[in-house]
Amino acid sequence: MGAADTEVGIVPHLSATQLYVKAAKLALEDAGITKDQVDGLITCASWAEPYIYHAEMIAEYMQIFPRYCIGAPAGGGTTLAMLHHAASAIVTGMCNTVLITMADSQVSGLSRDKAIEAMSTAGHPQFERPYGPPIPAFYALIARAHQHAYGTTAEQRAAVAVACRKHASLNPAAQMRTPITIDDVLSSRMICDPLHLLDCSLVSDGGAAIVMTSAERARDFRMPPVYLLGTGEGHSHEHISQAVSLTASAAREAGERAYAMAGLGPGDVDLAELYDCFTPVVIIELEDLGFCPKGEGGRFVEGGRIELGGELPVNTHGGLLSHCHPGHPGSMFSITEAVRQLRGECGTRQVAGAGIALVHGQGGIMSTHCAAIFGNRQV
Amino acid sequence: MTAHIRKPLPAPTLETRPYWDGCKLHELRIQRCAACGHFQFFPRIYCTRCFGDRVEWITASGRATVLSFTIVRRPVSAAFADDVPYVVALVSMEEGPTMMTSITGCAPEQVRIGMPVAVTFEDWTEDISIPKFRPA
Repeated sequence: MGAADTEVGIVPHLSATQLYVKAAKLALEDAGITKDQVDGLITCASWAEPYIYHAEMIAEYMQIFPRYCIGAPAGGGTTLAMLHHAASAIVTGMCNTVLITMADSQVSGLSRDKAIEAMSTAGHPQFERPYGPPIPAFYALIARAHQHAYGTTAEQRAAVAVACRKHASLNPAAQMRTPITIDDVLSSRMICDPLHLLDCSLVSDGGAAIVMTSAERARDFRMPPVYLLGTGEGHSHEHISQAVSLTASAAREAGERAYAMAGLGPGDVDLAELYDCFTPVVIIELEDLGFCPKGEGGRFVEGGRIELGGELPVNTHGGLLSHCHPGHPGSMFSITEAVRQLRGECGTRQVAGAGIALVHGQGGIMSTHCAAIFGNRQV
Repeated sequence: MTAHIRKPLPAPTLETRPYWDGCKLHELRIQRCAACGHFQFFPRIYCTRCFGDRVEWITASGRATVLSFTIVRRPVSAAFADDVPYVVALVSMEEGPTMMTSITGCAPEQVRIGMPVAVTFEDWTEDISIPKFRPA
């Protein structure tokens, strides 16, 4: 019933906490309700301004007194999964109106170098970190394994970055808006072979929030409702050196569970907002979410198929690669974009006739997956 | 040994102490379940296959093959700045488990998926030696 983003990119005039609360205010205004009507609050952890009881701190800061209050400790799949925690709380009567607000200030509050070093602590302290892997190294291991198994090319990975940037060029809010070519990606600095700089997502400030309630109540509010039709999770490991597979992910189980709940399949999806912390992730997600057979993801992204006007527009706001990536909140911008697309608010980047959107988040190192299917009608 | 002093130094725990004691002796130790024969790494209190409690430490052969690898060009922190470019790899041990490591003893560009490798140890402090792999 409400969805909004703050300004994103480099936002030095707002602290991390202020970004959470500004996103919340904008989403409440979009929903047409006051903060006193919120009785459930969900936030994610912040690195720039951490609190042990983060959601409680935001409630205190806003002076709201929810009867349901929870903070998501980690990003990507976990933060996206907060959708169904909120839905469950509403369905079981724990609360009626949940505000999910997530933000961070990784550039202005933390600094780019500190953010990158902090992220690398995802590696196991004894069995991974002594080898010095930055986050791109973990995903480079995945990219090379996929390349070896299926012949996926650097040009195909680059096509993902090109599509996201093309969409960001049509999004005035995006952090990086200058169109790029496949050659630009391939000639950008090598970070961790085979991943170039432009295969890697951004480091950003920003926040996004949504307001959820039951389908019945949603009809009474200002905006036409967007429905959460199905959602599912899958979990395979935490550390990449413990992964069962480098080339197949638990996005498959997450997607199957979400499709089953929605009673829909990949062929029903008009647009997809896929977690794109690195380009090879999108290729594997397209396979595991059933948009193409295993191993065909590289060929699928060729020829503009995932661009606006293509068979399956992906990351119509520009994604983590070009719109913004403030860390834990990353998946939230996929939700707010899906809502805008399903309301038909996206102007030059609108997917014509968008009725069903799939959002996918992954966290850790291809560890934790959540898929969610939204529609502008109940099916 | 002082070259590695600023790197993230492993802090052995109750559970991982036998592994690091082995590394100090230049032995690569993993666990084997005495009940079902399953080999496992990281170390755990129970067997991940039969969930039995008869896990024992054994010395692995140290032979492995490269499962995937990357050449790191931008170091994770200043402590690794002198090492770039360096190889971060996943190797599949002869016994079955996978581990993260570095490949040394050859140019980074010579590393290939499927390449046979053997363990070698880098002494970081008097107590901590880090297992790495070189072409076999």
